[in-house]
Amino acid sequence: MSLWTPDPTFYASPRDAADAPAEQLAYVAAFDRSAARPDALAVIDTDPSSPGYGTVAGWTDLPNTGDELHHFGWNACSSALCPNAPHPHVERRYLVVPGLRSSRIHIYDTKDRISPELVKVIEPETLARRAGYSRPHTVHCGPEGLYVSALGGAGGAEGPGGIAVLDHTTFEVVGQWELDRGPQYLAYDFWWHINQDVLISSEWGTPSMIEDGLVGELLLGRKYGHKLHFWDLRKRAHVQEVDLGDEHQMPLELRPAHDPTRLYGFVGVVVSVADLSASVWLWHHADDGRWQARKVISIPAEPADPDLLPPLLKPFGAVPPLVTDIALSVDDRRLYVSCWGTGEIKQYDVSDPYRPVELGALRVGGIVGRTPHPAEPALPLRGGPQMVEVSRDGRRVYLTNSLYGAWDDQFYPEGVGAWMARIDTDAFAFDPRFFPHGDAFRGLRPHQVRLQGGDASSDSYCYP
Amino acid sequence: MTLAAVLLLGAFHGLNPAMGWLFAVARGLQERSLDRLLRSLPAIALGHLASVALVALVVAATGSLVTGTALAIGGGAVLVGFGLWRLLSRRHFRWVGMRLSLWQLACWSFLMSSAHGAGLMLLPVFTSLHAGGHAGGHAAGHAGGHAGHAVSGGLGHAVSGGLGVAALHTLAMFTVAGVIAVVVYKVAGLAVLRRAWFNVDRMWAVALVAAGVITLAAA
Repeated sequence: MSLWTPDPTFYASPRDAADAPAEQLAYVAAFDRSAARPDALAVIDTDPSSPGYGTVAGWTDLPNTGDELHHFGWNACSSALCPNAPHPHVERRYLVVPGLRSSRIHIYDTKDRISPELVKVIEPETLARRAGYSRPHTVHCGPEGLYVSALGGAGGAEGPGGIAVLDHTTFEVVGQWELDRGPQYLAYDFWWHINQDVLISSEWGTPSMIEDGLVGELLLGRKYGHKLHFWDLRKRAHVQEVDLGDEHQMPLELRPAHDPTRLYGFVGVVVSVADLSASVWLWHHADDGRWQARKVISIPAEPADPDLLPPLLKPFGAVPPLVTDIALSVDDRRLYVSCWGTGEIKQYDVSDPYRPVELGALRVGGIVGRTPHPAEPALPLRGGPQMVEVSRDGRRVYLTNSLYGAWDDQFYPEGVGAWMARIDTDAFAFDPRFFPHGDAFRGLRPHQVRLQGGDASSDSYCYP
Repeated sequence: MTLAAVLLLGAFHGLNPAMGWLFAVARGLQERSLDRLLRSLPAIALGHLASVALVALVVAATGSLVTGTALAIGGGAVLVGFGLWRLLSRRHFRWVGMRLSLWQLACWSFLMSSAHGAGLMLLPVFTSLHAGGHAGGHAAGHAGGHAGHAVSGGLGHAVSGGLGVAALHTLAMFTVAGVIAVVVYKVAGLAVLRRAWFNVDRMWAVALVAAGVITLAAA
């Protein structure tokens, strides 16, 4: 049933969204690496005044096993206020939760309950038949429907990966989004400059390149993704590819400016095969109308005793930072960069996006460092800051520590563990009261965090 | 009386954010240009006019073939059905794309108005133009700037009367939409949407059903 006034979690502009109330709950995708028991949505209490603050408040097991939950998203967001096809009286209510390994897509109802309730499952065969894709990943609520990126092709095909469109009321798979994909083959993340009808997509690898772990020969052969793709959102056609250079392997998470009048964004690159450094790139619209990208942050590898390194890294004698996720605050002033290898989260002032200034860094976990969390100073942590999410007001940052099952096992062969942390961004310090870890996740590994009411990577805005 | 209804319905359509003033505000804000906002409004009004005029012409053409009573009953039934569908359906208008030329914006407005049945809401007025002797037809005929009587069977009169009604209606819509767009852009800000954007679609659907009932009652 539709509402009488707009959903209170919709905001016309990023400026308005920054005034949003603090989230009470965080939804965390958690998966069982052994695929023996179901993955789950863990619901964490994020209200500091609640007695259950920082603990698991709700839990919903998935109906099957082996899904490998990764990313997920809302059925509706602030783009419902966009003037071209406004529908502000729908509810932000359902979570769209793809299984990256199983290719199942689950729809969960979050209204008036703590633990989400399953309302629909889209089977892999349906996704394959209607859209020609498998391995669904990123979900964004967008014009004309829900957009879901997918890494693999249908019927066992490696690719091309791309975007499937789901109806945003019935959640049926409508079809393949691309009408003309040009040279694009690899897929991973996507987002848009919604007011300019521009969609951007990034590249990871095909299913065989990732599902059994990072393949060293492919990496050194520079075969993983290294390009950005720019698309016409209206014509659903490829416009331009921007090659970051094949040494820059795996540009993953895309964070366009929230201000719809600005045409730039950031993308994190996992690793450079030249020197194991990681980097963050800025894409921007040049004066000649073409898209360009330039490296604006470079984070060097840290030399380490090979005895402390997993077999994969021993030959290099260094820990790569492995920038696996980045997050841009809703006011576009702060960028948070996860270094999953070295176990560090960095905060940058990106008020001038061309010249980021590092404001601070916190250590936690890491391949060599194993830095404890202040809440448990005697507990060495494995895994590192991985998925990073910023609250709408920009005052809190949430971290989880697992990257992707098979890759966790390579970089943290003794077990990646399971933990989640929260950072107060003003002080840029961990909240010692917020540290769900270990058994809190019941043996599952936490991945993406979605905040109740929306967060910095869930909503796009049509008004500045 | 009918003239007032035509103008009020125009104002009601102008008030609806989905009918265009919000798009004009967004276009203005995108380039921080009141000028761009103001240039968007006529295109939006043009599309709305085309949508409403189309219904007027269809009614006039149909009315020349069937009796006034049949027209009113048929039109009323269409209206009630469309209104109920709007009320019960969860589907909403879909359109991809924010970067539009003024011409595309007019097309958008035409489709948006048509999908919402903006012209249909004026059916009672259009059909009354055919029912000779009704005060409504008279008034609308005058309203359209035509001194002649819009009498039944006179296709020419029905067309000009209908187009006159459409023009007046659109003028009211344009005025209200323009005032709201400028006030929101200059003074109120879009935060007002969060509280003030009532589910016009539901009121709209109810209005369509009501217009259908009035048409049927008058038949």
